Amino acid sequence: MAHVVNQISVFLEQRVGTLAEFCEVLREAGVDMRALSLAESTDFGVARVIVDKLEVAQEALKKSGRIFSITPVVAVEIKDEAGALYKLLEVLKKANINLKYCYAVTTSLDGKAYMMIRVSRAEIDKTLELLNQ
Amino acid sequence: MTKFFDKKFETMSREELKKLQNERLIKTVHDTYKASPYYKKLWDSSRLDVANFRGIADLHKIPFIKKDDLRNAYPFGLLAKKLEDCVRIHSTSGTTGKRVIAFYTEHDLDEWSTTVARALTAAGAGKGDVVQIAFGYGLFTGGMGLHDGSRKIGALTLPMSSGSTDRQIEFMIDLGTTFLACTPSYAAYLAETIKERGLLDKIKLKAGIFGAEAWSQEMREDLQNTLGIKAYDIYGLTELEGPGVAYECECQDGMHINEDKFIAEIIDPETGEVLPAGQKGELVFTSITREAFPMIRYRTRDIAILNEVPCSCGRTFVRMSKPLGRSDDMLIVKGVNVFPSQIESVLIAKGYTSNYQIVVDRVGTTDTLDIYVEITQEQFSDDLAKIAAKEKDIVFALKASLGIFGTVHLVSKYSIERSEGKAKRVIDKRKLY
Repeated sequence: MAHVVNQISVFLEQRVGTLAEFCEVLREAGVDMRALSLAESTDFGVARVIVDKLEVAQEALKKSGRIFSITPVVAVEIKDEAGALYKLLEVLKKANINLKYCYAVTTSLDGKAYMMIRVSRAEIDKTLELLNQ
Repeated sequence: MTKFFDKKFETMSREELKKLQNERLIKTVHDTYKASPYYKKLWDSSRLDVANFRGIADLHKIPFIKKDDLRNAYPFGLLAKKLEDCVRIHSTSGTTGKRVIAFYTEHDLDEWSTTVARALTAAGAGKGDVVQIAFGYGLFTGGMGLHDGSRKIGALTLPMSSGSTDRQIEFMIDLGTTFLACTPSYAAYLAETIKERGLLDKIKLKAGIFGAEAWSQEMREDLQNTLGIKAYDIYGLTELEGPGVAYECECQDGMHINEDKFIAEIIDPETGEVLPAGQKGELVFTSITREAFPMIRYRTRDIAILNEVPCSCGRTFVRMSKPLGRSDDMLIVKGVNVFPSQIESVLIAKGYTSNYQIVVDRVGTTDTLDIYVEITQEQFSDDLAKIAAKEKDIVFALKASLGIFGTVHLVSKYSIERSEGKAKRVIDKRKLY
């Protein structure tokens, strides 16, 4: 099963403690992170997170002056077995859909594993349709 | 043995020198008042009694001329000769709003080359020497200024201009260069390269004349030890001719100001009051032999100390210390004048806020320029490549404005320290002064 999730992407510069400072904002707002992925360049990075309370998180980040954006990503359930990711990627490849990035998440809530997939906004619907077949 | 290019002037008694300065100053003031509408207006508005001007005793009555005046008078307002009598221009490296164009008559070029010839002679150069000029040629005064002086002393002059290190070293070895003229940082780079390549025993350098940027005593010792030479300092500004306004002798204890051509004063940069010799303050120069572009009480913004104690070399010209700092916020990075306001203009034009910080440092022999600026919501993207492109975009805009490359770092909001009073926009980590 695949569905769209709103991900928060936050700008973090390369400096001691920036990730901790960001996490502190979420902690103070009582927000739980469901997934976290970090991408880094030479002197800055972007933290991509999925949270339980999106609006609360947004409000807290705004208040603390964070620079961030909301990006829709496709969350798709994936089986914990050999070849599962390949099968999924092959579908997208055949449909000529480009992945901007993706990351894996396991959660204790339902004990399942998910892939978070970022495709261009124009291809989200098509991706959902393909992955739900 | 002390060598002089102009013994008569360089060792003139103080009384004679003062008399000469007085005559030349009075003539300069009268000629300039007649010829330059900008000076006339400036002096009239401060009620300067030009007709009864008595010379040095009245010098303090003349209002200062500042960089802003030069900009306001751009391009011809300060010209005191007909354009057809001018034969050359030079210009500062400054960009929009800060550019200064200086004009020279044939006489001015001759005067200038004389001051450079004095400097080269004081450093021990003369006929039979090979002088390699690795200052930039062109609008910058360094290359052509040293060139004309070197020619004047009858040395073989190599007009290399700056850069092309391999070629510099090749010529230095093949032609047996004995004197090197360039910026101290480039000299250090050349020295390092020569040493690394194991070519130290192939060079015949005796001395170098280095200027156009601040350098420390430690850097001098480094250069002298690495290359086995004497490293001399030279001072000047495009506004006042270029390099040659003041020069070091073999004592290497301050730069002799060419006082038959320039009158130096030290002022309190806050009040404008003239300070006695020996006190630290801003250098103010009055040219007394320049025809086309006279500078009368020009505020250099360089902080220095004048030393009136007679020098053991026999020169009677007063000595100025190395510049000890600036009374404005100008930075010299990689030999280029940089005002923080220029950087700010670029950032604001690109949609950033004025929350930025400029960090200048020196790694080895090379200046580094790092600009930290806060990213804004509009410029943020989930795509790292897009953010990196934003950084590059600023880098190129800064290159277009400043003429040099810096490194731009986007940082998150509030990571540049906010301050109540004057924001700390510039951090210079180089130990120059």
